[in-house]
Amino acid sequence: MTDTALPVWVALPAALLLFAGGLLTLIGALGLLRMRDFYSRMHPPTMGATLGTGCVLVASMLVSSWLLHRPVIHELLIALFITLTAPVTAILLMRAARNRSR
Amino acid sequence: MTALFDAAAGFAAVCFLVAMVLATVRLFAGPRAQDRVLAFDALYLNGMLTLLMVGLRSRSEVYFDMALLVALFGFIGSTALAKFLLRGEVIEP
Repeated sequence: MTDTALPVWVALPAALLLFAGGLLTLIGALGLLRMRDFYSRMHPPTMGATLGTGCVLVASMLVSSWLLHRPVIHELLIALFITLTAPVTAILLMRAARNRSR
Repeated sequence: MTALFDAAAGFAAVCFLVAMVLATVRLFAGPRAQDRVLAFDALYLNGMLTLLMVGLRSRSEVYFDMALLVALFGFIGSTALAKFLLRGEVIEP
């Protein structure tokens, strides 16, 4: 696309959101590695799956809307999809773990 | 300001890559199969976010479709694996 300079009111919130999203996802992955048993390990990656993805997608919406000079909201598709599918996988996996350790 | 945004996007991309590496370590080290499936779940999610970061840095809209496809097929894959662990069969008659 066009390589124009971003104004302050786009670049600053987007940068803060990306910073927060990256940090949250990294902390979540660290928790995935550090937690002791499987049931505790279920929890940390969801931090990246919800808040990290949300931050990144909002930042992407901001920048794309500025670059294309029109509101770009198709990032909501990914957000909706992740919100709908992450609990399904979590429920199935938790049920499988409970059945297997019985 | 564009430099600040690019630096933040680079930082986020590095964060997602390190998260992918940590998930890969858990994928290989996980004591049981459900740990590996959980690590795979985190892995594809972080890969999707890395693709979005590449798209933001290169100001291209193409990477969005790739991220959507990664989310779709990653969900299908991890759900099939979880279903297999649960029932011993992915698609039951």
